[in-house]
Amino acid sequence: MNETPKSLQISPIRNGTVIDHIPAGEAFNVLRILGITRATTDTLSIATNVASGKAGRKDIVKIENRELKKEEVDRIALIAPQATINIIRNYLVFDKKGVQIPKLLHGVVRCPNPGCISNTNEPIQSRFEVTEKGLHCLYCDWYLTEDIAGHII
Amino acid sequence: MRHIISIKEFEKGEIDALLDRARAIDAGDYDRHALEDKILGVLFFEPSTRTRMSFEAAMARLGGSSIDMGGVEVSSVVKGETLADTVRVVSGYADAIVLRHPKEGAARLATEFSSVPVINAGDGAGQHPSQTLIDLYTIRQAMPLDGIDVGLLGDLRYGRTAHSLAYALTNYDVTIHTLAPEGLEMPPNVIGNLRDRGVEVVEHTDIAEFARGLDVMYVTRIQRERFPDTASYYAVASSYRVTPDLLAGARTRMIILHPLPRVDEIDPRVDALPHARYFQQARNGIPIRMALLLEVMG
Repeated sequence: MNETPKSLQISPIRNGTVIDHIPAGEAFNVLRILGITRATTDTLSIATNVASGKAGRKDIVKIENRELKKEEVDRIALIAPQATINIIRNYLVFDKKGVQIPKLLHGVVRCPNPGCISNTNEPIQSRFEVTEKGLHCLYCDWYLTEDIAGHII
Repeated sequence: MRHIISIKEFEKGEIDALLDRARAIDAGDYDRHALEDKILGVLFFEPSTRTRMSFEAAMARLGGSSIDMGGVEVSSVVKGETLADTVRVVSGYADAIVLRHPKEGAARLATEFSSVPVINAGDGAGQHPSQTLIDLYTIRQAMPLDGIDVGLLGDLRYGRTAHSLAYALTNYDVTIHTLAPEGLEMPPNVIGNLRDRGVEVVEHTDIAEFARGLDVMYVTRIQRERFPDTASYYAVASSYRVTPDLLAGARTRMIILHPLPRVDEIDPRVDALPHARYFQQARNGIPIRMALLLEVMG
């Protein structure tokens, strides 16, 4: 027998959120979207390059004592459209849902065009529509097609 | 409330109706008191002699008046006021706003804060719909807009007038030809969009061959401010020049347009040739802008 013994790769959480099916390598961008860029007092577990039946490899993020806001889920959907969000209460999955990229993104992504009015101190949020060609800035007409993670606000 | 922000928002029927209206105005068929009680707020955050003067002249010819904020250096902009606040304030003074701004998307922003119609008179490298309507009108004075070859020459990377005209022409049966100095070619995504809209786009490298096959040659200026130093600007700026010799093999009906100001991309000797229509094009700013002012305030 040469099988790898089954074990929990990261420990369960009592209350919080498990973000599963994140594309391999994107877990740290998910953390950045959630504003977790340094040590946190709550339990945080990250698993990268976990074997996945669907995708081959995936990342998983578990965050204790936090349930995600809609805007946060919208941002995660941009870089992890296949992700599932599991709300955990008292160690049980209370709710499980997929993510969906909204048709319009308000204040989610920064326009890559330095000449765009949305990159100034005007009292507006960036506004993009999601198209097949990429994210379309509704102010300056530019298309964001690459490095979307790097432009998430 | 009708805003005029981008030529892409116009359907073919609307463009044709505006051009027809401008033609009637050109022929003297308009009410000289149509906008007698109206005030146009002229918000120009960067210099533009022709666009500004032609909007003011168009307003005056319709019996209306204009107010402006003076130069940026004497306006509240130097105190740090946002465009949003400026627009909110001026829309309380005027019946429509014409806006020129260095930032792309500024006109779109203005529509969110204005209680009166906004006309985009150019925002950054973005949209300049009234210029495009002038271009179409000038072409239509010479020939039908269908079944023609239109050549775009010059800075096709940053030149907003060339992009807008190209998009507007997708409403018609045209072939678009492009020729640009190296590094200033039409962006691939723009060419892709034009082709998606069913227009044939032919990219040229030889200016003589380019000039021979056109009904319209649209020339734009190389913008010096795009280059890091004078030498690199002149290396590109001198890479093309429209001369009488170049035009010797051109089609008889071919017309040359230029949004002006020109620097040295068109030889002054071309001005006397029947192909030259750029000063007529500039004059056409009046009927087109009168038609637009009537559209939003009439």
